[in-house]
Amino acid sequence: MQTMSSILSLAIWLPVAFGVLLLAVGRQENAGVARWIALIGAVIGFLVTVPVMIGFDNSTAAMQFVEKAAWIERFNVFYHLGVDGISMWFVPLTAFITIIVVLAGWEVIEDRPHQYYGAFLILSGLTVGVFSALDGLLFYVFFEATLIPMYIIIGVWGGPRRVYAAFKFFLYTLLGSLLMLIALVFLYYKSGGSFQITDWHKLPLAATPQALLFGAFFAAFAVKVPMWPVHTWLPDAHVEAPTGGSIVLAAIMLKLGCYGFLRFVLPIAPDASHEFAPVVITLSLIGVIYIGLVAMVQQDMKKLVAYSSIAHMGFVTLGFFIFNELGISGGIVQMISHGFVSGAMFMSIGVLYDRVHSREIAAYGGVVNTMPKFAAFALLFSMANCGLPGTAGFVGEWMVILGAVKYDFLIGLLSATALIFGAAYTLWMYKRVYFGDVTNDDVRGLSDINAREFLILAVLAAAVLWMGIQPKPFTDAMHVSVTELLKHVAQSKLN
Amino acid sequence: MTDLNWLAVTPEIVLLGMACLVALLDLFVTCPQRRPTYYLTLASLAAVAALHLCALDSGASVYAMQQMVVTDAMGHLLSLSATLAVMGSLVYAQVYAGPREMLKGELFTLSMFALLGISIMIIGNNFLSIYLGLELMSLSLYALVALRRDHAQATEAAMKYFVLGALASGFLLYGLSMMYGATGSLDIGEVYKATLAGDLNKQVLAFGLVFIVAGLAFKLGVVPFHMWVPDVYQGAPTAVTLLVAGAPKLAAFAITIRLLVEGLINLATDWQQMLMILAVASMTIGNLAAIAQTNLKRMLAYSGIAQLGFMLLGFVPTVVAGNTVSAGNGYGSALFYVLTYVLTTLGTFGLIMVLSRPGFESEQISDLAGLAKRNPMLAGVMAVFMFSLAGIPPTVGFYAKLAVLQALITTNSSLLLQLSVLAVLLSLVGAFYYLRVVKVMYFDEPAQGAPVVEASGARLLLSINALAVLALGILPSGLMSLCAKAITQSLAG
Repeated sequence: MQTMSSILSLAIWLPVAFGVLLLAVGRQENAGVARWIALIGAVIGFLVTVPVMIGFDNSTAAMQFVEKAAWIERFNVFYHLGVDGISMWFVPLTAFITIIVVLAGWEVIEDRPHQYYGAFLILSGLTVGVFSALDGLLFYVFFEATLIPMYIIIGVWGGPRRVYAAFKFFLYTLLGSLLMLIALVFLYYKSGGSFQITDWHKLPLAATPQALLFGAFFAAFAVKVPMWPVHTWLPDAHVEAPTGGSIVLAAIMLKLGCYGFLRFVLPIAPDASHEFAPVVITLSLIGVIYIGLVAMVQQDMKKLVAYSSIAHMGFVTLGFFIFNELGISGGIVQMISHGFVSGAMFMSIGVLYDRVHSREIAAYGGVVNTMPKFAAFALLFSMANCGLPGTAGFVGEWMVILGAVKYDFLIGLLSATALIFGAAYTLWMYKRVYFGDVTNDDVRGLSDINAREFLILAVLAAAVLWMGIQPKPFTDAMHVSVTELLKHVAQSKLN
Repeated sequence: MTDLNWLAVTPEIVLLGMACLVALLDLFVTCPQRRPTYYLTLASLAAVAALHLCALDSGASVYAMQQMVVTDAMGHLLSLSATLAVMGSLVYAQVYAGPREMLKGELFTLSMFALLGISIMIIGNNFLSIYLGLELMSLSLYALVALRRDHAQATEAAMKYFVLGALASGFLLYGLSMMYGATGSLDIGEVYKATLAGDLNKQVLAFGLVFIVAGLAFKLGVVPFHMWVPDVYQGAPTAVTLLVAGAPKLAAFAITIRLLVEGLINLATDWQQMLMILAVASMTIGNLAAIAQTNLKRMLAYSGIAQLGFMLLGFVPTVVAGNTVSAGNGYGSALFYVLTYVLTTLGTFGLIMVLSRPGFESEQISDLAGLAKRNPMLAGVMAVFMFSLAGIPPTVGFYAKLAVLQALITTNSSLLLQLSVLAVLLSLVGAFYYLRVVKVMYFDEPAQGAPVVEASGARLLLSINALAVLALGILPSGLMSLCAKAITQSLAG
């Protein structure tokens, strides 16, 4: 692996470098050039992650593509990167979604596109950094730094209530992460001066510190996931964000919180995790069922998909805290598949919004008559969103439900109802927007998707189907790491 | 003991000589832009900075002037930073001062004398030398605030600053005289020995300590001795605000170390409790009051109160630990905090000056509206400063907060753990008003179409300033280690 040892660094810093370049040379006048630079940056950013997918060794739970260098000597902080089966797929996923985002804004973003793309590329690099950081402080720096570009993206290119949404997004997530910072420093102290996450995994901790750490990490990650009842920032942020912002939020940024549970909460505070599992499971089920019902009554398409995202994330946290392999693997698969599916759902809404400038379901009706190609894609993504077998959405949900049934039949039963709600709100929205007679002039005047939109939707459709039919590469990669994690979590850390 | 050791104080002697020379030469300068004086001042300051930089390496503590002063690693680091801060302030001030009839020889001479006062405070090893340095600095600054004689607001600010400042100096002097009465010495080393031996009148010591802490708190500008800060920051011409808000904080930090840590460490349990209360009060009131401000300079004043409150937390750790490791850790973190705070402050006020025009001060937050459209580079620079003050990585402000927090948490005291939770929650409040500035620049439409007139020197410095905040945020290791080393060496020497 020595020859590939700088791949993760490249995956982080190449997009950031392109982003900085765009900010530095971009002008309103040379918007066309800025778009192409952004696309090249995004594609190169994705290409450098290909070796991660190809070269990844499925047979070990050890960290791979490791890089380690001293960073802040005074606090023993290292620039330490690496991926295991849990984090591996998120590196290419992030880079892939960035390409989609750049293409999605191609003709749409006219106001300062260089800054828009610059922010997204920097965000992409930082997010890869979150997934591959093995040093607690490095993780935190990347985790927090992602707030800045997202704040700017929502605030500058967002909808009418963008300022409110941007502040809510930033302050809500900052509150959680500040408590996590205390937890990180506390672990640094407890471990005798180490910020290495792997050292923390081995650190024995008494019950009270574990409970406190659990609380602090839970505050940070539950807000980010987001879990009910701290989810209220998400619908606001989603609705006001531009299409690209919504895609990145749903497909990538929500995963940061879920990932935090696996990397920090479960292995560092296993006893507290077991102790508080009923609470987390309850909150997840409320998320799955109650938020599913909330999604059903939404009038705004973006809000509906935002609530559906929260419900899907409920599945992920549920899977994590039932402590069996099906649950955790299912959760991770759900994270990846939701990346594709929610990205595609927001992209579809973006396609409509760009033409009609309304997100109200009532403003549409009969779109299939004027945009048949687009309606076909949208149908596929809607089916994936409600978890139809053969699509990406099915695999993770099915695994989590199986795991939940193993854990407790009632929990399994309750979580399975989500499939019904999911189908109900997604298909009902589809019916109201696409089927029926053409209701108004806006819809009558619609033109079908152009080549660029076709390309984006086709790529996403391919990903959704590929993952639905052939989930093995995904589950194989995580199998050993998840088994190892479960073994670790089963051992008590109490002295 | 009787050694004068002139060599050790070369930088201060050079500074004094050059300040007199600049004052004299300026009489013969006819150029309205005062170019010769300006460049001569910058050159002398650069020379002083270079002298400090050279001396920084050796790190040994050298006593001079019959033990009136001590030059050590911490002193050189602080003096170097203060010199650079004054240099930066003058570069930012040059374009700003011209149209406001402030570009006179006095601006340069008084700045240099203020810096001399700061340097003497930093190296003071005796109550008298510290007090003289303080007065030299304060009197120069009072005069600087009043430099715009016909400007009502500035004159009012100068009056307030003078009256309250004189009162605070009185407090400090009163406290120092009580210490003298109790210990029988003005020399900091002797005071340390006397307090170590014990057997002193506790009541006098406690009274003296209260007055000393009050005087220090005034100079740092922390609650409840903060009343002057918003008024002076807002009323003074921005160039002078920067001179008041930047380098003097380093001097205040230095005399806090000299008096409380080097002299009165044996009373630590007393003064650390006082500082803890001051810190919490400052963070609370500073952050909450800053939210309500519409004037940018006033907001930055309250933000500074909160920031220095956070910095004071770095002095708290030894309350329970008692050993020098966590104390050194705490003071080193506080030093890092105050250095980075001054660096950021320099940039924020510098930006206000760069944006101002003749007859337009650009000191309302709303004056920044739409800056991202009018001038993306300046908006980006200001955003970096704001995120740094809010403590968001990857800017240096984050590491400053991190350093102080780890100093608190590694003492393993549950009180300090709670204190650190309180501190981060209050910094969340702070994030709100810093973000609001970013919001105004990026999300709002420009209120005024006038393009930003830029001075090349100030603009270049502003870029360097922002890059330093970012670069130190990405690679903070060097400065952090330097601060820790300087404190350790100084406390050992």
